[in-house]
Amino acid sequence: MNTQIEISVKINGKQYSAAAEPRLLLSDFLRHELGLTGTHVGCEHGVCGACTVLLNGEAVRSCLMFAVQADGQDLLTVEGLAAANGDLHPLQAAFREAHALQCGFCTPGFLMSLLPFLQDKPDASEEEIRAALSGNLCRCTGYQNIVKAVKMLLEESNSDPA
Amino acid sequence: MATRYFGKPIKRNEDPRLLKGQALFVDDVNLPDMLHVAFVRSDYAHAKIKSIDVSAAREREGVVAVYTAEDLGDYWQPGPLLVPPPPIAGLTFNQKTQVPLAKDRLKHVGEPIAVIVAASRYIAEDAAEDVIVDVEPLEAVADLESALSDEAPVIHEDLDSNLSAHVVQEKGNYAKIRAQADVLIKRRIFYDHGIAAAMENRGIVAHWNAKEQHLKIWDTTQAPIPIQNGLAAMLGLSESQVQVVAPFIGGGFGPKIMMFYPEEVLIPWISMQLQRPVKWIEDRRENFFATTHERSQIHDSEIALTRDGKVLGVQDVFLHDAGAYAPYGLTVPINSQCTLLGPYDVPNYYSEFKAVFTNKTIVTPYRGAGRQHGVFVMERLLDLAAKQLGIDRVEIRRRNYLTPDQFPHDHEIVYQDFAPLVYDSGNYQPALERAAEMIGFHDFIKNDQPAARTAGRHLGIGIVSYVEGTGIGPYEGARIKVDASGKVNVATGIGTQGQGHFTSFAQIVADQLGVTVDNVRVVTGDTCEFHWGTGTFASRGAVVAGNAIHAAAVGVRKKILKHASEHLEAAEADLVLDNGAVHVKGVPQKSVSLGELARISNPLRGAVKPGMEPGLESTDYFGPERGTTASGVHAMIVEVDPDAMMVEIKRFVVVHDCGKVINPMILEGQIHGGVAQGIGNSFYEELVYDEGGQLLNASLMDYLLPTATDVPHIETDHIETPSPLNPLGVKGAGEAGAIPVGALFAQAIEDALSDYDLEILEIPLSPNRLFELVHMQAATKQES
Amino acid sequence: MKPAPFKYFAPSTVDEVLALLAEHGFDAKILAGGQSLIPTMNFRLAQPAVLIDINRIENLFFVREEAGELRVGAMTRHRTLERSSTVSRLAPLLTETMPNIAHPQIRNRGTIGGSIAHADPAAELPATMLALRARFKLASASEARWVEASDFFIDLFMTELQPEELLTEIAVPALPKRTGFAFKEIARRHGDYALVGVAVLLAVDEENICTDANLVFMSVGNGPVVGEQAQQALLGKKASAENMDLAAAAAASEDIDPPSDMHASSDFRRHLTKVLLKEALQTAFERAQKA
Ligand SMILES: Cc1cc2nc3c(=O)[nH]c(=O)nc-3n(C[C@H](O)[C@H](O)[C@H](O)COP(=O)(O)OP(=O)(O)OC[C@H]3O[C@@H](n4cnc5c(N)ncnc54)[C@H](O)[C@@H]3O)c2cc1C
Ligand code: FES
Ligand code: FES
Repeated sequence: MNTQIEISVKINGKQYSAAAEPRLLLSDFLRHELGLTGTHVGCEHGVCGACTVLLNGEAVRSCLMFAVQADGQDLLTVEGLAAANGDLHPLQAAFREAHALQCGFCTPGFLMSLLPFLQDKPDASEEEIRAALSGNLCRCTGYQNIVKAVKMLLEESNSDPA
Repeated sequence: MATRYFGKPIKRNEDPRLLKGQALFVDDVNLPDMLHVAFVRSDYAHAKIKSIDVSAAREREGVVAVYTAEDLGDYWQPGPLLVPPPPIAGLTFNQKTQVPLAKDRLKHVGEPIAVIVAASRYIAEDAAEDVIVDVEPLEAVADLESALSDEAPVIHEDLDSNLSAHVVQEKGNYAKIRAQADVLIKRRIFYDHGIAAAMENRGIVAHWNAKEQHLKIWDTTQAPIPIQNGLAAMLGLSESQVQVVAPFIGGGFGPKIMMFYPEEVLIPWISMQLQRPVKWIEDRRENFFATTHERSQIHDSEIALTRDGKVLGVQDVFLHDAGAYAPYGLTVPINSQCTLLGPYDVPNYYSEFKAVFTNKTIVTPYRGAGRQHGVFVMERLLDLAAKQLGIDRVEIRRRNYLTPDQFPHDHEIVYQDFAPLVYDSGNYQPALERAAEMIGFHDFIKNDQPAARTAGRHLGIGIVSYVEGTGIGPYEGARIKVDASGKVNVATGIGTQGQGHFTSFAQIVADQLGVTVDNVRVVTGDTCEFHWGTGTFASRGAVVAGNAIHAAAVGVRKKILKHASEHLEAAEADLVLDNGAVHVKGVPQKSVSLGELARISNPLRGAVKPGMEPGLESTDYFGPERGTTASGVHAMIVEVDPDAMMVEIKRFVVVHDCGKVINPMILEGQIHGGVAQGIGNSFYEELVYDEGGQLLNASLMDYLLPTATDVPHIETDHIETPSPLNPLGVKGAGEAGAIPVGALFAQAIEDALSDYDLEILEIPLSPNRLFELVHMQAATKQES
Repeated sequence: MKPAPFKYFAPSTVDEVLALLAEHGFDAKILAGGQSLIPTMNFRLAQPAVLIDINRIENLFFVREEAGELRVGAMTRHRTLERSSTVSRLAPLLTETMPNIAHPQIRNRGTIGGSIAHADPAAELPATMLALRARFKLASASEARWVEASDFFIDLFMTELQPEELLTEIAVPALPKRTGFAFKEIARRHGDYALVGVAVLLAVDEENICTDANLVFMSVGNGPVVGEQAQQALLGKKASAENMDLAAAAAASEDIDPPSDMHASSDFRRHLTKVLLKEALQTAFERAQKA
């Protein structure tokens, strides 16, 4: 039963190949096989959202997928957000500006959940923002500054003609 | 000294790493050859172990070792008593601390029985299922009230009952004043506080390097230095052979300061046994059983007042659920006992508690640490008194506050830090007035509430106050050094779990040394960098470590001035530190950079003059004689839908006084987070046990943490009453947001449902519980 | 919280799946979105020896109109349903239901087939499917059959699906004229499973006499529960507030026998059922008049 299956997956634009047992969770594969430890694990039953990554552009829980299921797919993790020169992604910069993180453990999951949301709903209301955040748990911030960061970013990009 | 940074909302130094996924958390440590651990844990709340068969587990492919208590030999020892009982006359304390692996009795679900070490966590978990534990189940002690009855089974066989501790503290003479009171109000009050549920579970990686004879440990602890020293003693190593690193920690809130968790004792030992790096990462299910909780107290309380609402005294007798062991001594119930008095002038106080062993997870402090329970009792009693006497809820508080001329105020009882409960400073009324004004208390009651009621809506308002003893001793320390590059390094012993210490500490130093915040690198929680100190608890980081850092920075500044005065041939009084350099006042071309000075002060040739030390470095300590007292007022407007019993928070106001504020942005973040946890405690989170001591909701599916749609926007304001007890004038702020929220919920919901004439004397609430309370009340009314 | 080992297959056709099911039957589990199965495997509450991953079977992913009906492939993700205009045109009750299920991150993986096959009594889709009188296509290596939703849900997590069968397709009849619908639920937090929920279809004639009422409750029994007494209180009667109240009272006292658990007592669930049904009937009625 310990047969290893060859997995080839594109992550943050880079091609990775590695073998894994079928039962290996995608979250463990990213973190411990590939060393992409920015994706965090807080519950392994789909509730906390810390493990959220983008699978072909859509936010999913990496603790609720087997690594073998990612074979041939395209993933984006928190490590893929900042620019090549290290500059923060606008969403990351807004998080810093608004003090939207304290311990920072939940943060990668929030960022990855928000990315597709912001594209879908560039004119989201506070209520919609809060609903969108409700699939991720944060125990430190009380969410207020996360909401603030999102609002700041939306205002900025809406006032930016480009 | 210029204060360019102190008091400013400076963006955090630590954020870029965290935002990019590049910060090191314990589970990110991956070492070559590393082994992984899973625990076999008790499924029973109370049982006798008849036998443990690990043979199948040992044979499983990929398993390297399996240990039971028997395999530990002399290393098997009950854990240390972390906090001995304070010096209170007549106190009873039965010391019982947790063991690394259960030997013959199982005392709570989740108690570790055996350790599996394997090539992967997956295999370790497979093997854990191979272990056969044969037990004789015993009746469990699950109910706090009956735990002390004669029929209750006794958990610790060498004791005659489940009494963990019995403490009486008294001030004045309650019995006497009771006879003179106009009004006596007596109630039974129940308060249950939940679990910290930090997003990161606990974890430990230990790496014994036999060639270097060095043990390196990464631990999600709030107290790396005591872990280092304790482990060194247990393992027979010198303290300098053990390095404990508390890297980035994904939230602490109290339970991560517990020492020593069984896993903390075992993982380093296993690494030495097997001469390989070993990792254990707690999973969420384990976190519900194996990380400490806070839980319930049952109070029988009475308040005595004059006709005009002046408190004459309070009597409070309560039971406290300690769990299966009590390694943290009496900290939690003493906090309840002391914090009950709040900002009020209570001349007579009788407080008695019994802490009780139950077959449940150990109770240790979780954000608030028993203070919630005490505050709830006092605030509820005042609300009941206000109602009975027809006094406004703001007014009754106003009438009973300690006034500014009563400070320092001695409450004549002993606090958790062994010192008498003396409030250093405070000025409560301005915060109350400010909060009432911000939320529009009187206008709401006069206009908004009746208008809403006419429209068929149930709105309610609440306002409560609290104090928080913070920043207690014994001490913290720090070492600060200016590098030849001009960068400043700060090392301190406490661990940090998101409180922004990398930034707030840098602000203190930057102001002293005239550098920018991003040129100050703060290292916390690495015992190789600094090995004196205790840990992050009781909202003490900013107060105790902050002041130690301030003292060390003052020391470095002195050295800088001395060296610069020689180098620039100018009097110290004429020197200014700015922009990473020392300038002579009025002669801008005469200056030397700090980097240059650092080099000069640490010459490769020549001699360091007598009386001078090499380098621009200083180490200093701060030990407060006693804690500082922060305080505040919370106010809230809720709407209750009496059909679905759902509660919506319309507004939430916090006015807080924690003395001088280092970084208001960080402080507000702490308050937001505290309030969110308070809301969770009040309306969402509840550990549900059955009579057999089984926890029924050990998952985040069923243990409800509040989400972004449950926590409202929180409006904050600050009052500043500096502490006279430390040079920075700061007080702690870490727990304040969480403490009074239960009391606030009870009051505001009662107010919203005033048609139903409820008395809410318990926390947590829920829609289901409100439905029950309304129906019980309706039934009682019908009867009478 | 790591799953126990299993043998893994990721076939690319339905026939291969059916052959694997025929071979492994009881030992095998279908892996659809994994949003219910993988958590239970992580808790080791489920330890299937064989896992058949159907995520690579392209012709299980579809949403189309066929003979005036909505046809949905079993692997259609919750998010696809939520966003589909075909769904909102033919089965707007389904569109209204979807956002109540968990969160986008879960709905991006979770599938309609998985929700129906899993048959969680607190889940939204089984109730909605029952209200919509959907049919499910169950295929095995030897035959394929269509089963009415009303015959499909048997008991707690138990359905008509046999171990060697795969749910491949769902058929939902389009709403007739003057038929209104509503979905209402109360959950503790946004996205949680409901404490109580109701899915309602209500048809009225020109005189506002009820000609059809299909009322289904969730989280009040061992599966989705049909409100038969409540239905009787409405059929052939005027869709008035009084009759709706009577129906709601009948539902709460006669149609359901809800369990008590840590989130809600039986009494509270009865109460909520009454409250929600009234609201839902009102909404459905308003819509029916316009439809
Ligand atoms: C945090 C969280 C919150 C959630 N909240 C909700 C909620 O509020 N409401 C709700 O309804 N659901 C909720 N879910 C569950 C989610 O909707 C699931 O996606 C759904 O219940 C199952 O769908 P799935 O495709 O993920 O199925 P899987 O998990 O893959 O499978 C579930 C079961 O069905 C079987 N199965 C799947 N597909 C087929 C098929 N085609 N033929 C035969 N058998 C099959 C599997 O073998 C398995 O036994 C939640 C899940 C999580 C993790
Ligand atoms: S770890 Fe995946 S959702 Fe919590
Ligand atoms: S910042 Fe700590 S959990 Fe969100």
